[in-house]
Amino acid sequence: MNRPVAAGNTRRIRIAGLAALVAVALIFPFVASPFGNSWVRIADMALLYIMLALGLNIVVGFAGLLDLGYIAFYAIGAYTAGMFASPQVASVIESFVNTYPAIGHFLIWLCGPEIAQNGIHLSLWMIVPLAALLAGIFGVVLGAPTLRLRGDYLAIVTLGFGEITRIFMNNLNGPVNITNGPQGIDRIDPIRIFGLSLAGEPGSGSTVHLLGMSMPSVNAYYFLFLAQCALIIFISLRLQNSRLGRAWVALREDETAAGAMGINTRNVKLLAFAMGATFGGVAGSMFGAFQGFVSPESFTLTESIAILAMVVLGGIGHIPGVVLGGALLATLPELLRHVVEPIQLELFGKVWIDAEVLRQLLYGLALILVMLARPAGLWPSSRPENRPQAALNQEAADETRA
Amino acid sequence: MTTESEARAASQGNVDGIPLLKVSGASKHFGGLQALSDVGLEIQPGQIYGLIGPNGAGKTTLFNVITGLYRPDAGLFELRGVPYAPSAPHRVAKAGIARTFQNIRLFGDMTALENVMVGRHVRTSQGVFGAVFKHRAARAEEAAICDRAQELLEFAGIGHLAGRTARHLSYGDQRRLEIARALATDPLLLALDEPAAGMNATEKLGLRELLLRIRDDGRTLLLIEHDVKLVMGLCDRITVLDYGKVIAEGAPAAVQKDPAVIAAYLGADH
Repeated sequence: MNRPVAAGNTRRIRIAGLAALVAVALIFPFVASPFGNSWVRIADMALLYIMLALGLNIVVGFAGLLDLGYIAFYAIGAYTAGMFASPQVASVIESFVNTYPAIGHFLIWLCGPEIAQNGIHLSLWMIVPLAALLAGIFGVVLGAPTLRLRGDYLAIVTLGFGEITRIFMNNLNGPVNITNGPQGIDRIDPIRIFGLSLAGEPGSGSTVHLLGMSMPSVNAYYFLFLAQCALIIFISLRLQNSRLGRAWVALREDETAAGAMGINTRNVKLLAFAMGATFGGVAGSMFGAFQGFVSPESFTLTESIAILAMVVLGGIGHIPGVVLGGALLATLPELLRHVVEPIQLELFGKVWIDAEVLRQLLYGLALILVMLARPAGLWPSSRPENRPQAALNQEAADETRA
Repeated sequence: MTTESEARAASQGNVDGIPLLKVSGASKHFGGLQALSDVGLEIQPGQIYGLIGPNGAGKTTLFNVITGLYRPDAGLFELRGVPYAPSAPHRVAKAGIARTFQNIRLFGDMTALENVMVGRHVRTSQGVFGAVFKHRAARAEEAAICDRAQELLEFAGIGHLAGRTARHLSYGDQRRLEIARALATDPLLLALDEPAAGMNATEKLGLRELLLRIRDDGRTLLLIEHDVKLVMGLCDRITVLDYGKVIAEGAPAAVQKDPAVIAAYLGADH
């Protein structure tokens, strides 16, 4: 009969834990930046990876569709920022003028001299929805041919799509130059929110002044990414506990039965691809603006696999687990990079093992160990028997018996 | 027996005699095997209709054709006098036919309650927007889904197991859960593929009682069953299939005495 008290306690512990986590997340950049901006930069990248992992979690975790080409949507988001928030469009038009003058002049007429001169520079408020929309559309386009595939076959086809996207970006510099090919697109506009540049005004030494405070640019980006991450976590949670979320899980558990229960499996699958891609697109556009530069080499198969590893290692389908997985796998390799060489210098006086080599080694070893010790992930969803609902029902059963 | 079911049909407003489900000329082949040839079926509202036949007779194939899992080569399908094309399972479910599977197909990692809630999918409408913003209509719909699911679990006699993972339920409870999930789609016709398979005598009695309650609730049932005692005691009418053809059709007592049926089950010598 002390069950309600216990339930109240776990709830209180949860809220306290969450509050502590939020507090740490908010204070972190102020504590870390005195030790160097690189620490905050690592956290920035980790937040982007968490967004990606949460997006992939919708496809792989909820709907059970193994997608090995997820990085394609990150690339599409990043290139959206690259095209529509940089002088790139101007060089595209110039390239058209040189190769196909008729089309080139038509484009100049269409866009006007301003764009032909300086390119398109959309604001954050346009770039994020545009990146989400484009990635979502590509999610549907790449998802549609795979609708009848499952398991291994789906994985191979999505892997192909991921590589195709990267190779496209790599080769769209001829006959007309659109993406600059392997050189990538640079001079992407930093993000501006209400006139405040997150990269700092020119000449300020990358310092952002806000409400009388000044902080390094990486800190400003950190807070933006943190807010976006929070929003994506919120959306994921809401989706999970909805009619749609249940339809995705039903699809994962048994596609035939899901169909027989009246779920339009085709639409629900495409929606999963689209939602997952949307998150990836948003993260990608942020990545592009944050780096100021995008190139195809950021979007290799290895990256797709790394994101999948975050989802699987964290706890597939369980949002807190996926966040944990993303945070760990994104930060630990960077930490190693910072720690390995100084330690070796200290101990042996010279560097025996290159940080990059050791990083790969330990990364692989960590994955194997975690999968052996905790096959369901570091933080899998608790057994349904422990869910509050089950406890309530158990109580009701106890009462009827008594 | 027949007059009784006619009376029930009449009480459910079916005075004009339109069958709930009418199948005619259904054919399906797999490669060189003719699994169904020219099969016809007519189910009146409020009936419990039995579909029997030896192993491999085509019972499950007919089920899959009716519910849209297999695309038939030929055949006319009418639900309440309205033709429907069994082209996709989700459309058939929406039209009002729900089914269970011979080898239970639950959503194993979901709780019993969530399984039944999935069944409400086809009668509800909230999408991404409603899920994210949880406005008043979305919250109301979600609460209604949950209430209805719990109600159906109680109806199936497993209300106390709502929070359990489906895969951890006992075999008999899984069968009941699958029926509750099918009922959640508000079907006109509930099609059960061997609901009593693997059940012991007590569980079979419980199942029989549940099926009668579903019928009294105003639904029509179509069931494939091997247990002759159960079928004969429960069904209003029976169709017997053998080698993909209808070999007998009628009231249970008549079908039981039919020489063609006896031959099919026991061999021609008897």
